[in-house]
Amino acid sequence: MTVMELIRRAALLAPIVLLGACTTTQIHERTLDNGLKIIVQENHRAPVVVSQVWYKVGAIDEPEGLTGISHVLEHLMFKGTKTLKPGEFSRIIAAEGGRENAFTGNDYTAYFQTLEKSRLPVSFRLEADRMQNLVFDESEFQKEAAVVREERRLRTEDNPEALTYEQFNATAYTVHPYRHPIVGWMKDLEAHTLDDMKQWYSNWYAPNNATLVVAGDVRPAEVFSLAEQYFGKLPVRKTARRNIPAEPAQTSARHSTVKAPAKVPYYITGYHVPVLGHGKDEDVYALSVLAGVLDGGNSARLTRELVRGSQVAASAGAGFNGMARGPGMFMLDGTPASGKTVAELESALMQQVERLKQEMVSEDELKRIKAQVLASDIFGRDSVFYQAMRIGMMETIGLDYRTMDDYLDNIKKVTPEKMREVAQKYLVVSNQTTTVLEPQPMNTKSRRKPMPGGGHGRH
Amino acid sequence: MGVIKSVVTFVLLGLAASALAGPDIQTWKLDNGTKVLFVPARDLPMVQLSLVFDAGSARDPEHRSGLAGFVAGMLEEGAAGLTANQVADGFESLGAEFSAGVDNDMAMINLRSLADSDYLDPAIELMQKLVTRPDFPEASLARERARAIVGFARARQQPDYIGKIRFFDAMYGKHPYAHQTEGDEASVKTIAVDDLKQFHKQFYVGNNAVLAIVGDLSGKAARTLANRLAGTLPAGNSATDIPKVSLPAASYKKHIPFQSTQTHIFIGQPGMSRTDPDYFSLYVGNYILGGGGFVSRLMDQVREKQGLAYSVYSYFWPLREPGPFQIGMQTKNSERDKALALLDRILRDFVKNGPTDAELKAAKQNLTGGFPMRIDSNKKISGYLAVIGFYDLPLDYIDRFIGNVEAVTVESIRDAFRRRVHPDKMVTITVGG
Repeated sequence: MTVMELIRRAALLAPIVLLGACTTTQIHERTLDNGLKIIVQENHRAPVVVSQVWYKVGAIDEPEGLTGISHVLEHLMFKGTKTLKPGEFSRIIAAEGGRENAFTGNDYTAYFQTLEKSRLPVSFRLEADRMQNLVFDESEFQKEAAVVREERRLRTEDNPEALTYEQFNATAYTVHPYRHPIVGWMKDLEAHTLDDMKQWYSNWYAPNNATLVVAGDVRPAEVFSLAEQYFGKLPVRKTARRNIPAEPAQTSARHSTVKAPAKVPYYITGYHVPVLGHGKDEDVYALSVLAGVLDGGNSARLTRELVRGSQVAASAGAGFNGMARGPGMFMLDGTPASGKTVAELESALMQQVERLKQEMVSEDELKRIKAQVLASDIFGRDSVFYQAMRIGMMETIGLDYRTMDDYLDNIKKVTPEKMREVAQKYLVVSNQTTTVLEPQPMNTKSRRKPMPGGGHGRH
Repeated sequence: MGVIKSVVTFVLLGLAASALAGPDIQTWKLDNGTKVLFVPARDLPMVQLSLVFDAGSARDPEHRSGLAGFVAGMLEEGAAGLTANQVADGFESLGAEFSAGVDNDMAMINLRSLADSDYLDPAIELMQKLVTRPDFPEASLARERARAIVGFARARQQPDYIGKIRFFDAMYGKHPYAHQTEGDEASVKTIAVDDLKQFHKQFYVGNNAVLAIVGDLSGKAARTLANRLAGTLPAGNSATDIPKVSLPAASYKKHIPFQSTQTHIFIGQPGMSRTDPDYFSLYVGNYILGGGGFVSRLMDQVREKQGLAYSVYSYFWPLREPGPFQIGMQTKNSERDKALALLDRILRDFVKNGPTDAELKAAKQNLTGGFPMRIDSNKKISGYLAVIGFYDLPLDYIDRFIGNVEAVTVESIRDAFRRRVHPDKMVTITVGG
């Protein structure tokens, strides 16, 4: 009964405190002459290696009319190079025992393989090849574009809560590209051309716009030498000019509704907030802990007070990701309990926000969050993939991965006073956007309006 | 406190490369019958464990589907006088992660904790209370029933959920695998505190339990932990056999109209059990048919060649008795008939002719070459231990994996598929506009 909730929560609202820290001992880095940055995380617990190539291009870079293009290009990266036939990349990795995939986000496009450690050269050879030798074939493109439209139908068009999330972003941002779904609007997915794809590839796929992250049972010197061998000859390419409009400060509350065939209402609200690396890091850490106070597990306030306590919510969550290239968003969401209205749920959530502005957070709550961050540092090391993800994401959004070293310390420094201060500063009505799913009968034949949402990832 | 009856340590022998050996599994039984499997992992200061009972949804009484899931889910709602808030505070203030849930066969209670005894000991103490002395408060049950009803309504917004219900229903009929682990609106409304208590008393007992532990513990510390966590469970009785599964006698096709842009397709029949003699032939064969990520026949022909779907797959889900074999995909409504015809053609061809030599070779390369990734984290190893203990698989199951895959032939796959997969008796459910 909770599986769907978990999936949704994982997709939409993941409090940063639970992503936690990862200390960066045993990390080594080097930059090749062509600008490719290589970061190696040693982890010798199993004879396994994860290799990830992160390109600094994502939905944030997409102009109007071309939304979703980063993600479509990600799909095309499996469709062959000058020396590989369509699908051959995947067949080679599979024959090496590997697992592979790719994912696209607002801020990045990334490709990965997990392999037995001696097979790392295979990954490097193939990734270096498709970094510069991708071929563009009209019929392969048309088929893959159709696959991506099916992906959008699956993840968004037929999912009323995903439609609501998509509409929320389109309302909260007026000009910043975060207003567009990562998967792209359907109209744009129908309009992309092969030339658009070629141009996007030539704009962004270059060693000087990429980070290679390798984690696992490897020796850094050997990885650097292999990387030089396979990636070293790739030429530097001038990347396109980034032209990302800044979001003007919001001055009054915004609201939107989504009417779609559904049975249960859904509520999202959010506030514009800063992210790390823009001179407001203290605020960001305090907001992270605030998200943990609201939703850092079953003992946190939303579940304790709204789900178990007043029982106004069937589910409720809060989330904030303080690491992004663009602006941040502090979000709350929920589903009203049976017999309760969206208005009642909203009122309960807003009371929680008010309380953050009025009262100091208790020492016990802070202690709990710090214990969770400490434990998540250890637990995170159980997965080499997770370790590589953290490094690649931070590097790609422009944060030094060493930021992780200070994460626990910075969380520990957060005081109840600072938390109240940031709540008062950011969690205000004039800075707030709210989107509500208003369920429509599911038995009529009227076709739902295609209003859009955030799908991504090739798999 | 239980006393260790026997300690058996299996040292792994006979593999070509020591890097391909599985973990060193220690196993013993507690006085109350709990079977313990332990792998020391001293390089990270954490402990990952699962306490598993033969208490999955197949044990739901008639008209009480969802009961097993409610019992597992309600453990956190209070135990030994502690409230739900105290339970949640208890784990989370230690940074520990607790979860509980069921599949068709198992109830699985999981804990991840730092290994330092200041963190681990209180987490184990709390988990012990939840498992042995749950309170099942009436008010919590009422609230969770109401939440479940909202959950069902949300799920029914999605064609996939509608299809899954009808698919399992058509495949399994009166067998207990037919209903969803979460039950349904009607059954959940009737679940009472006494049902929870009765179920817990019957199934959460030592002779029905397996404890899998992976972590930064000495053998002695693992034994102490096992006794503290599970030693006070009553011995009770192991659960009786669940009914045999019978194959549908004829094909069954049903379309369910739904207001969605895509049609979701479910094709299948009861497949294989966890201890099936055809296990590896069907497993490797299915990798080639639709299990092998981007390189399977289904992926190649449906997605790569035709662009009909984002996701297309087949799987065998092995359970105590034969779990489902399913082919699944989603495509825009206008392509439904084309997709159905294509899936039927691919399945019939595979059952009739089996894989090619080249396909089998590639499958073996992937499954054996990728072996180290199956056991590269404490979490994955703990999952294997639970399955090995629960289904009485040989302790060297992980070590024999590569040999078992290598032994599969084109002929054994064709033979197994012909005997076990029947294209003329498939259940086919479609949900869409």
